[in-house]
Amino acid sequence: MLYREAGDFKTSYVADNQTFPLKLDRIGFWVTMAVAWLVIPFVINDYWASSLLVPFLIYAIAAIGLNILTGYCGQVSLGTGGFMAVGAYACYKLMTSFPDVNIMIHIVLAGGITAVVGAAFGLPSLRIKGFYLAVATLAAQFFLVWLFNKVSWFYNYSASGQISAPERLVAGVAVTGPSTPAWAQYLICLFFVTVCAIIARNLTRGTIGRSWMAIRDMDIAAEIIGVNPLKAKLTAFAVSSFFVGIAGALFFAVYLGAVEVGEAFGIQKSFLVLFMIIIGGLGSIFGSFAGAAFLVLLPVALKWLGVDVMGWPTDLVAHFQLVIVGALIMFFLIKEPHGLAQLWRLTKEKLRLWPFPH
Amino acid sequence: MKMKKLAAMALAGTLAAAPAMAELVIPDLSYRTGPYAAGGTPFSDGYQDYFNLLNARDGGIGGEPIRIVECETGYNTEKGVECYESTKGEGALIYQPLSTGITYQIIPKATVDEIPIHTMGYGRTSAANGEVFNWVFNYPANYWDAASVMVNYLLEENGGDLSGKKIALIYHNSAYGKEPIRTLEELSAMHGFELSQLAVDHPGQEQKSQWLQIRRERPDYVLMWGWGVMNQVAVQEASNIGFPMENFIGNWWAGAEHDVTPAGAGADGYKSLNMNRIDANLPVFDEIRTLVHEAGNAAGDGSNVGSVLYTRGMYAAMLAAEAIAKAQEIHGVSDVTAAMVRDGMANLEITEARMAELGMSQIGPEFSVSCENHGGSGLGIVQQWNAADAQWVALTDYIAPDDSVIDPLIAEDSAAFAAENNIEPGCL
Repeated sequence: MLYREAGDFKTSYVADNQTFPLKLDRIGFWVTMAVAWLVIPFVINDYWASSLLVPFLIYAIAAIGLNILTGYCGQVSLGTGGFMAVGAYACYKLMTSFPDVNIMIHIVLAGGITAVVGAAFGLPSLRIKGFYLAVATLAAQFFLVWLFNKVSWFYNYSASGQISAPERLVAGVAVTGPSTPAWAQYLICLFFVTVCAIIARNLTRGTIGRSWMAIRDMDIAAEIIGVNPLKAKLTAFAVSSFFVGIAGALFFAVYLGAVEVGEAFGIQKSFLVLFMIIIGGLGSIFGSFAGAAFLVLLPVALKWLGVDVMGWPTDLVAHFQLVIVGALIMFFLIKEPHGLAQLWRLTKEKLRLWPFPH
Repeated sequence: MKMKKLAAMALAGTLAAAPAMAELVIPDLSYRTGPYAAGGTPFSDGYQDYFNLLNARDGGIGGEPIRIVECETGYNTEKGVECYESTKGEGALIYQPLSTGITYQIIPKATVDEIPIHTMGYGRTSAANGEVFNWVFNYPANYWDAASVMVNYLLEENGGDLSGKKIALIYHNSAYGKEPIRTLEELSAMHGFELSQLAVDHPGQEQKSQWLQIRRERPDYVLMWGWGVMNQVAVQEASNIGFPMENFIGNWWAGAEHDVTPAGAGADGYKSLNMNRIDANLPVFDEIRTLVHEAGNAAGDGSNVGSVLYTRGMYAAMLAAEAIAKAQEIHGVSDVTAAMVRDGMANLEITEARMAELGMSQIGPEFSVSCENHGGSGLGIVQQWNAADAQWVALTDYIAPDDSVIDPLIAEDSAAFAAENNIEPGCL
């Protein structure tokens, strides 16, 4: 009754092409944005920022990046952790080499460097497909982690092999380093998430996005109708790595402040982001957010429930957490293979028909 | 549960007609799951049991009850940060993360939040320079001390001359494992031994190629910086390739019972450092058994009492409790804050008389901390595994590190940290 097109007249092509054709969706979007930008920064504290919201936002960027590659272009990648490491180390080298340049520029440049590296590792995708490509990207994952461990130039020859983010300011407020206020940490991540999501959404609606999806659905047919696979696959790798690189840079500089490549950007990270897009929904920007929220918030919620509410021993809760998250992943894959985004889509369709389902 | 506690507290408050009871909050960032649980569990058991003993026997420290807040990190830095953030708001007095990675992570945060960290024999070595790291303490010894103690021990074994010897370092490929490299390189130039480095990636289960290389190169000694499952695998591999176990020396995180028992008789003769003595007959263990375990307050299943890492966890808790007592003495209040505990740590003095009084005579060396020196004495002993009796036997008394090598390295590294973070070195 409420959620429908009726009465929402479009009088121009621009209006007809907008992201949210339904008025209620538009209102929902702007309300979400208003809460995220105008309410949360005033109520956030250290715990909410560093345990929940900042990791959620950063993983959402990484998930959008991987979703472009895997969900939209159909190229399976297990190199996300390695590409995040490229973003983090690029950001670190830029931060320490050019301390006077604004950190925002460094983060974008780190994304750019990751895009170049990602495109280079995307070259094999022109020859190999499917599982074989997954293995090739796995090689990228291990090679990059090894590289950042082995070559001490990347970590400025520090004795421990760790990189740590020095303090950098944006408009007079620290956004990296230990004295960063929670709201600044949150806002810088929110800024990048918003920009990345808007860019990603519009890219996937345009020519490039359509050529990616053509390659995903059937690459030979796409080639016959005139989609250049070299261009489509390499742009997918580049754009995807750009987002993943930004996520890596934020993960290191804003969220953790100090990282060790093997632990922070190991193969588990690649799997984690892959699970996010599988649970969230392949080929959906909303799905990237839903998946990131699910896998970031669920463990914290379970821990809170088990340890703080029920008072169980911490090791028992940690084991239960693995069991429950694993079981939920299986449940979702069986019951809803298209992820949380599909559930959302179904809900919306039902809402359109409500209250007269026939 | 919570209601009951609140009711009990309210009752106690009215009965004693005293102000609401304050608690000393001690977070325990433990790990009882994952590839490092074998080491994390006994340490955490010892840490918690000692505080529970103080609660049961003395009613806490200086009359203030202790509340332990446990948080599972799984030795993972992201979870460690989450644990830090979720526990610091409860009024945490001192952190003991038992992970070099998490330590690096929380050093800057804790410095801003003004909560002291005690990284006992791990963490950032240059934190020994208290003028740069005001809030971080790593007494009684650190990694560079360990490396130097090992080399001093080998020097003693070889009549003071190591020139031409080949020494291999097998290390966990992380901040933890990389810590001793700089010191060993310095010592290798000084004493003329040849150092080769073999990295083992997290979690350390895969070491075939490293031990193949050791078999090929035949080094005279192998030193190890390992933790968790890596230790067990390394000891097993060393015994598989027939490496003489008495020439294989682990650091103090690679010398617990569970590291050597899986290799059975093959582990016999394996040596490791220790920063505390092990004596299963210490009177304090009996007190823990009667007052904590029999009362049903054991942190774990109670099976670890007296083991190497349990003893070390308890030792760490004792040092923390002594620092809190010192802080109460300095400031004349029993309800201390984190900043006061820092003062207690900076003025801590551990004497044999005090250790004997606490029922843990000879557990550690005597040392005192000052504002400038947060590193303690740096002494370590060498112990050897006797597989037949299934126990560690101390081979030496406390060996001193070569401070002439370590002090300049600490000064250099801490100066670099100070410059990076715009810290003006000085006492608080």
